[in-house]
Amino acid sequence: MKHWPALLTGLIFGAGLALSGMTNTTKVIGFLDVFGAWDPDLMFVMGGALVVSLGATPWIIAWTQPLLAEAFSLPINKSIDKQLIIGGALFGIGWGLWGYCPGPAIASLAYGHESTIAFCAAMILGMWLAGKLGLNTSRLNS
Amino acid sequence: MEEFFEPIAGGILIGIASMGLLATLGRVAGISSIAWGAFAGPDREWRLLFVMGLVAGAAILHTLTGNPIPSAPEGSLPLAVIAGLLVGFGTRMGSGCTSGHGICGIGRLSLRSLVATCVFMATGVITVLIVRTIMETLL
Repeated sequence: MKHWPALLTGLIFGAGLALSGMTNTTKVIGFLDVFGAWDPDLMFVMGGALVVSLGATPWIIAWTQPLLAEAFSLPINKSIDKQLIIGGALFGIGWGLWGYCPGPAIASLAYGHESTIAFCAAMILGMWLAGKLGLNTSRLNS
Repeated sequence: MEEFFEPIAGGILIGIASMGLLATLGRVAGISSIAWGAFAGPDREWRLLFVMGLVAGAAILHTLTGNPIPSAPEGSLPLAVIAGLLVGFGTRMGSGCTSGHGICGIGRLSLRSLVATCVFMATGVITVLIVRTIMETLL
């Protein structure tokens, strides 16, 4: 069980998503409805997470190695390629149509809604298809 | 201020979890990549544990706080499938989602992630605008 921190951080991440309102699709769509009855609450989710991430990431990745692994595994592709733009655009359309991005969709499996199971299965299928077509351009340093 | 407490506290938990994964296993908490890796590999073990943690963490949160479980998302099953396909296809093609690009990537001051985040936020906003406009016209 040397990977136990993955379980622990997953638990905290899932609890954070559920507490924040990100697993409530009505709330997410209200947040994206900037030109309508905009619900700004979820901006504070991103804000809270970013304060922690912006503060701690530069410090952590300056270490010679992580606490329980040999090396950091970080993305090295820095190019703003068309896959990034088109992929991001398609993701946003799906997010706006239903209200789930990947994390909240998976965490919401805890609620047992039939449509969430369908959403997650379709999401994996979509990932498989994009990979099959050779469209993924991410690369890790290790 | 009280109404913002849960979004802020939830966001901070998400940030702490992401930093915890980076500090211990040296991995980026990008959920789309983790979900695909948990399904297809490589290194399935830690990714599966993280995914199981996501589901259990949400369940535990509602149990501990007594916060009601959100009602089922509005919309038909075919729409859920179409949206899921777009989210999966788009995040794999675009190398990340709200967590990987929006939180971890921007945290590393990655311009690539900042651009991706602006793009998916923009198309998300436009999609909701179009859907609402169509619904209002029909009703």
